[in-house]
Amino acid sequence: MSDAVSEASKDAEPTVVVDDVHLVYRITGRHASAGAPAALKRLVQRQPPPGMREVHAVRGVSLIARRGEAIGLIGPNGSGKSTLLRAIAGLMTPESGAIYTQGQPSLLGVAAALMNDMTGERNVVLGCLAMGMTPEEVKQHYDAICDFAGIGEFISLPMKTYSSGMAARLRFAIAAAKSHEVLLIDEALATGDAEFRRRSEARIRELREAAGTVFLVSHGLGVVRETCGRAIWLEQGRIVADGEADAVVGAYEARHDPQAVEERLAAAAAGGKLWSAADEPSSA
Amino acid sequence: MDELIARYQLRRAGARPGVVDYTRELWGRRHFILAFSTANNAVGYSASFLGQAWQLLTPLLNAGVYYLIFGVLLHTKRGVHNYVAFLVIGIFIFTFTQSSLIGGARAISSNVGLTRVLHFPRAVLPVSSTLVALQRLVYSMIIMLPIVLVTGERPRWQWLLLLPAIALQSMFCLGLAFIIARIGAKVPDTSQLLPFLIRTWLYISGVFYSIHTFAADHGHWVKVVLEVNPGAVYVELVRAALIEGPRGQHLWWLAVGWAIAVLAAGYLFFWQAEEQYGRV
Repeated sequence: MSDAVSEASKDAEPTVVVDDVHLVYRITGRHASAGAPAALKRLVQRQPPPGMREVHAVRGVSLIARRGEAIGLIGPNGSGKSTLLRAIAGLMTPESGAIYTQGQPSLLGVAAALMNDMTGERNVVLGCLAMGMTPEEVKQHYDAICDFAGIGEFISLPMKTYSSGMAARLRFAIAAAKSHEVLLIDEALATGDAEFRRRSEARIRELREAAGTVFLVSHGLGVVRETCGRAIWLEQGRIVADGEADAVVGAYEARHDPQAVEERLAAAAAGGKLWSAADEPSSA
Repeated sequence: MDELIARYQLRRAGARPGVVDYTRELWGRRHFILAFSTANNAVGYSASFLGQAWQLLTPLLNAGVYYLIFGVLLHTKRGVHNYVAFLVIGIFIFTFTQSSLIGGARAISSNVGLTRVLHFPRAVLPVSSTLVALQRLVYSMIIMLPIVLVTGERPRWQWLLLLPAIALQSMFCLGLAFIIARIGAKVPDTSQLLPFLIRTWLYISGVFYSIHTFAADHGHWVKVVLEVNPGAVYVELVRAALIEGPRGQHLWWLAVGWAIAVLAAGYLFFWQAEEQYGRV
């Protein structure tokens, strides 16, 4: 179904333009060697701290996303997918190159650390206000968010008492309360039980209809095939392939998870359905 | 590609808006700032048995400790009328400056989670950390005013000058928080170094002793430097409002000057690095 959308939008207006972008993390790590005297000696001799390390996460990526497209980003762990999304969201400045967007993209991710010492209720209010809602809008959305998260009376307990699945549900519910021009979804579906996953997929579909463009980072290749028309395969910060979702996912799978291909072919031969819930990659 | 960007009026992702737009965005998040600082203030004591009572107990115990050391043991009260009120006002007012600095230094780093996920003007963070400090000051006033009364001061209309004095100090503290927030975001060691700087500043700000009496033994320029020091200016301003006695008029000019200059400089300084706060 999404293929039709992306085909119709070949000449649609661009919403995200990424122009030869390099992204670098600078990390002040633990000074492992020789302790304080060595650190002071380095300071006197004006050497850079050895703890300062650079991680070149994205190395020269260019792409254009158009209105109505749903683009899946796939690749092994550490290939720069999430970093790229953060940069598109404007939360990280490129080392070189530039990213242009229409409107303010919104990032919806599992890494969304809310305030752990505060109750779920307070997190809902604060999260909505931080996204730029007015207090009236927060009141309107409040019940819907709590219902959607579906964590019952835990809502009145501090978030540090939550299980990881519950925290993820609440975070997703808060972030998905608003619709956006450009929506960036980072593994938001990876946690949560099957029932919540189904509900959140439906919510994402709604958001995608309201949004101009959706980027989806996922290790569930089945999800990418089902919800995205286009896929981009990243490896070590570079684009390996960019094109129609089925073709790119197929090539990726053949390279990283040949076993899954065989199983799928066998299942197809046996007359089973093409994509099962167990269709998770083992790309590590 | 440039043509494409121009034709569809695309904006550079995460681009820093101009000062006016930035201020407008900041104003748009005022509800968030208020809710965020109130929540942060409440969380600070939530793990203790006495909970919110610490809002009052902390300043009370502080006043007790400093009175024991500087009033009883060291007899610093030489030449000061109503030393208890003098000391308590000094400590509480300076503590506001101190906690604004400490809060500002951590404003970005302790909210990395938020900055990684949500897009909002980062100035929200130092503003809320300063508001937390201001809320604590208001609580300590509940302790301070009775002490001033009990030690023999009578309520007078000058007490109302407390409000503009605190307002000016808040502007000054906010400016400081902006400056230290940018430095703290760039240099993580700031939090380690800051306590030493603050303690030095505390000792030269006439919190425990009268600058007037102290400077009498030293040269003229020592007195000028000590009196122009903003740490001392705001302390003296509140003392002038609450305790009877002669005070110079130039204090208000200094207070206004420091407030406007530091706030304007701090805000611009913080805004300039807006794009860098996301990168950790």
